[in-house]
Amino acid sequence: MTVREVTVEAYREALPILLLSAAGGLFAGVVLGGMEAELEAVPGLLLLVPALLATRGNVYGSLGARLGSALHQGLIEPTVTGGDRRLRAAVAAAMANGVLISGVAAIMGFALLVALGRPRAPLPALVAIALIAGFLSGLLLTVVVVVVVVVGYRRGYNPDALAGPVVTTTGDVVGIATMLLAARVVLALGGG
Amino acid sequence: MVQTWRVRGIMRNMLPLLTALTAIEIGSGLVLESFEATLFRYPSLFVLVPVTIGMGGNLGSILAARLSTSLHLGLLSFDPADDRLGGNAAATLALAVTIFPLVGACAWGLQVLLGGVALGLATVVVVALLSGLVLAVLAVLVTLVATYAAYRFGLDPDDVVIPLVTNVCDVLGVLVLFGVVQVIV
Repeated sequence: MTVREVTVEAYREALPILLLSAAGGLFAGVVLGGMEAELEAVPGLLLLVPALLATRGNVYGSLGARLGSALHQGLIEPTVTGGDRRLRAAVAAAMANGVLISGVAAIMGFALLVALGRPRAPLPALVAIALIAGFLSGLLLTVVVVVVVVVGYRRGYNPDALAGPVVTTTGDVVGIATMLLAARVVLALGGG
Repeated sequence: MVQTWRVRGIMRNMLPLLTALTAIEIGSGLVLESFEATLFRYPSLFVLVPVTIGMGGNLGSILAARLSTSLHLGLLSFDPADDRLGGNAAATLALAVTIFPLVGACAWGLQVLLGGVALGLATVVVVALLSGLVLAVLAVLVTLVATYAAYRFGLDPDDVVIPLVTNVCDVLGVLVLFGVVQVIV
């Protein structure tokens, strides 16, 4: 293959996926821009945004990759029954990782703000927001990933090529939207 | 690679990496937090934040995935004249130049619909395009270095390079966006 052929092939392959994920990112940006009140009421929340968004991709992207490989190898059946032991274990581990690491992110962020002497909301408020957002986004993204990978596989698509873009597209929107919801819940309960 | 499919096994495998990646992302959050005032003044920039963060990681991870597949197939050599290396790098730049101005225009348009525009269309598009170009160049460099390092140390680039590149590019995305904003706005 010449340089030109490689370039054209790589460009064509990636463009649709990137456009889709850009649309998701723009939506997430609009929600983030509308969160001004919450971001000001909970100092330190903005600090957590990249970590929480990346966690969604890291955890549920890898869940998608794991399920994709397992389908290829015939380790799991392409049905969404919830009865499959391997599927249940993979989903439970992803949810546990997602929630746990969200809490860790909140603690790390809080410690950094304390070390730098910057304004921050109380630790329990930040941790509560991170855990609630982590749990809700985990539920939503698990459903999306499992359904897309399994249904895609049954329809003859390569699940490896589906999981990544789907997670990056929905992950940003779900990540920011659940964070907004979690912040509102915690603020309403008097934290922050 | 058939791993243990037990909850604890999967968690034990992933948590150390996830913690390290989260620490990297907290760094990018600190940059974001430092620019909070600028963001509140120009809401169009707020709309650009998740897209720029995500796109840096996406460009890097797609390039990393393609390079590591070529590497596994024995089709890639780390030579500046290598066709696959050059072609994939060129495609990354071309993708950035296509997508970022579009994203900038859409961010501006969405902000118009929502009311409260503080920056002109041209400014937002130029900020997006410049950020995208710088980010694409950095993503290519980071991916090449990480893939080469994994190859030299005998690690599977699929396991290590993609998460690393995705998260490092996330951080770079925020840094580049604010660097460009400082210069232009």
